[in-house]
Amino acid sequence: MKAPTFRYHRPSSRTEALKLLSAMPSARILAGGQSLLPMLNFRVAFPDDVIDINRIADLAGIEATSDAIVIGAMTRQRALEKSPLIATHLPLMAEAIAQIGHYATRGRGTIGGSLCHLDPAAELPVVALAHDATLRIENAAGAREVAMADFPAGLLTPSLAEGEMLTAIEFPVWRPGHGSAFVEFARRHGDFAIVACGVLVELSPNGTIARIAIAIGGLAPTPFRLTAAEKLLTGRQPDTTALVEAARTTQEIDPLDDPQAPASYRRRLAPAIVRRALATALERCSLGAA
Amino acid sequence: MTASRIDIALTVNGVPCKGAAEPRTNLADFLRHDLALTGTHVGCEHGSCGACTIIVDGVVTRSCLMLAAQADGAAVETIEGLSQGDKLHPLQQAFWERHGLQCGFCTPGILMTLTAYLREDPSPDAETLRDVLSGNLCRCTGYQNIVTAALDAAARMREGVAA
Repeated sequence: MKAPTFRYHRPSSRTEALKLLSAMPSARILAGGQSLLPMLNFRVAFPDDVIDINRIADLAGIEATSDAIVIGAMTRQRALEKSPLIATHLPLMAEAIAQIGHYATRGRGTIGGSLCHLDPAAELPVVALAHDATLRIENAAGAREVAMADFPAGLLTPSLAEGEMLTAIEFPVWRPGHGSAFVEFARRHGDFAIVACGVLVELSPNGTIARIAIAIGGLAPTPFRLTAAEKLLTGRQPDTTALVEAARTTQEIDPLDDPQAPASYRRRLAPAIVRRALATALERCSLGAA
Repeated sequence: MTASRIDIALTVNGVPCKGAAEPRTNLADFLRHDLALTGTHVGCEHGSCGACTIIVDGVVTRSCLMLAAQADGAAVETIEGLSQGDKLHPLQQAFWERHGLQCGFCTPGILMTLTAYLREDPSPDAETLRDVLSGNLCRCTGYQNIVTAALDAAARMREGVAA
């Protein structure tokens, strides 16, 4: 179908964009367009105003600080995919990116767009949750920071107030030698995952799990951390029994039920995906020095 | 800028073009209806099929997922720019010789996806090409000849056949 009628605004600076946004609180922000344009073409979104932030140069970029990687909201997924900084410091993201859509959608799709659209099965929110990322959110009056854990308010709904815009995301880096794995199952390559799991893990010198983060997408209306499994695994030897027990904690979740997959299928799939992600992340992990 | 028509000046395959479009007009429709460049095909209009794939400022792009207004000032490449007069681009020549198409509806999108990708990676293997082409739906060929043709074209382009 064709998109409904709207007014189009193309600010050239962040200040101008935030000013427009405060004047038009119901406007939709157009980032890479890989979610908003389908929603317009399907006529599930009917904004009066669209604010195109593609010409704001300082919203894109990847920078390393002493203990984190800071990524501008308009950074394209393809730029993340090709970035040596991401490959070195955020291997979980590097693995997840290759599973987002297709080569031809990653060229325009952005990290900020993915986080704000917040599809329950999208890869980047899962990565941001696993890393305990911090989101920088701005409005015309100033800026605030929000933990990724507090960002999802519900299905496809980020915790953004009227007039607010996501501008950057900070990913704390895990110790060199940590293990990571991003595993998802989709019916076809490039489709949204039915269940996705991102794991970060560090081992102690004695082989027990020193630190672990397990984030899940696709299973519930919003991505979430499998905290029960994280607690159960921390301090334990990662043997098969431990991994099976950890994966079984997914059974406490009430799964999504949609035309793509019934809840019963997701309930069966989730422990298998979590177990695979745990095993792969552990294989990639070196024994810690601490 | 309001709901009235927006002036758009861009280059398409190196040729400066001008037009005007409503904000809601996507770039694929603008190319087809306003600039009469109907080589870019429109399939699903939500980014799944890849038929409308073009190159915008060097970046492979679904033209149904970009507003025409966003292309103001851009350098756009479409299927019409691939051949040089009667001389086919190596990708087109290889697709012809290797039977990389049947009905041809998906072909412009596939050729533009490959054009963009081969600039980044001139020596892909078959597996990589299948991954790259996973975003372009072809319901005729089964992809075998598409991949064969793409590998063949990549080899010719590496040997310096005029691209």
